[in-house]
Amino acid sequence: MNNQLVIIGAGPAGLSAAIEAARYGVKVLVIDENDKPGGQLFLQTHKFFGSRHHMAGVRGFQIGENILKQTENYNVEFLLNTVVWGIYPDRRVAFAEEGKKKGFVFGENILIATGALEKAFNFKGWTKPGVMGAGAAQYMMHVNRVLPGKKVLMVGSGNVGLIVSYQLVQAGSEVVGVIDSLPKIGGYQVHAGKIRRLGVPIITSHSIVEAFGFPCVESAVIARVDDRGKIVPGSEMEVVCDLICLAVGLRPFNELCWATDLEMRYSKEFGGFVPIHNEELETTHEGVYLAGDVSGTEEASTAMEEGRLVGVVVAEKMKLIEKRRAGELKKEVYERLRSLRSGTFGEKRAREKEDIFRDFASRGTQCIF
Amino acid sequence: MRITGHPILDDLPERKKVNITVNGKMIEAFEGEPIAAAMFAADIKVHRTTPKYHEPRGVFCNHGRCTDCVMKVNGRPHVRTCVTKVQDGMVVESIEGIGQWEKGE
Repeated sequence: MNNQLVIIGAGPAGLSAAIEAARYGVKVLVIDENDKPGGQLFLQTHKFFGSRHHMAGVRGFQIGENILKQTENYNVEFLLNTVVWGIYPDRRVAFAEEGKKKGFVFGENILIATGALEKAFNFKGWTKPGVMGAGAAQYMMHVNRVLPGKKVLMVGSGNVGLIVSYQLVQAGSEVVGVIDSLPKIGGYQVHAGKIRRLGVPIITSHSIVEAFGFPCVESAVIARVDDRGKIVPGSEMEVVCDLICLAVGLRPFNELCWATDLEMRYSKEFGGFVPIHNEELETTHEGVYLAGDVSGTEEASTAMEEGRLVGVVVAEKMKLIEKRRAGELKKEVYERLRSLRSGTFGEKRAREKEDIFRDFASRGTQCIF
Repeated sequence: MRITGHPILDDLPERKKVNITVNGKMIEAFEGEPIAAAMFAADIKVHRTTPKYHEPRGVFCNHGRCTDCVMKVNGRPHVRTCVTKVQDGMVVESIEGIGQWEKGE
């Protein structure tokens, strides 16, 4: 039997879409390569910002638990431990279940909600054991419950770098410093304040030069950089650490989008190449939708809204809700997305989204499978 | 080092202890956790060496993407240890260079 909606990725976006669509009676199948749905929400021990609607004040992993509970109330089918490796033109989703069967499922509609990946940053010695992504360290702490390092140097002062630094201290590590090559702290002041109060120095205009130690990291050399990003000779400093965490941004996890031959464009604002899509998050292939970080890296709150939007769009398309009701629901989501994309950082993202929608419109008719 | 008494997260429910062997050394692990986590808890961070320059490599992305942490598990090379769960009696070995399949496979 055909699925009316096949969702790839059981993170905040995919699960929100599943719940919203299933609420109106859409037959939903969610595929995820992990053994447990929830995505990166289970890494997050900090409280969310935003409005009550976005569960502000609730910790990420609790939001994950709430969402999982909701999927149980609806008829959402899961296929876990399963990698999707392609989407065929006849809307067959090709999958391989870990150690077991391979096969295809048909989806009248397909939602790609694969999320994001951490970017890397290379310097001499960056391949040594003891250099890892900030998200990797967060996973080690919060899911595996193992301390990833005793003395940590954090590279990058965006929100991820600041929050993970705080969490490392909570878990029992010493964070020797947070460095950023830019002259200003990248993340919110509220996060910066929290780690400063713990005595963690945030050193701006500094970059990492080299990681030392054999076979694992034992120290790092950092140095001042000038306004053109060049190392200032003589400013080098050695810091003792056994873990160097890279928090240098995220990019859309878009490999499946490339493989599906969706039309893509580069977006600096959204961290990398994103499939071109319209306001209803449909891509250049009719019936293939996006939600969450794969449509441009933002936050979990935005991902959940985008998921809900696709849930409504598909329910309307399947004639399970009336056009008028769908219109109202979509309008509510658009308004909440607008509020999430306000403020200095948010407005840039809002403008970029508008530009992507215009790009979609200018491409004319969609490719029909 | 294992994290217990976390200020935000409740301790995990009790998990069954199992033993795995990493490069001939027996280490303790918990059922359901990835090999890489058990190794980190036992302070083993080098997973393999590169074919050309024999440089050590370990966990980098911890999400099953970068494949830097691959090892030989029960004779099978190139297994991603960060997303592969431990099983009692598992034999885990470092890959030196490109790795090899056991004979007959």
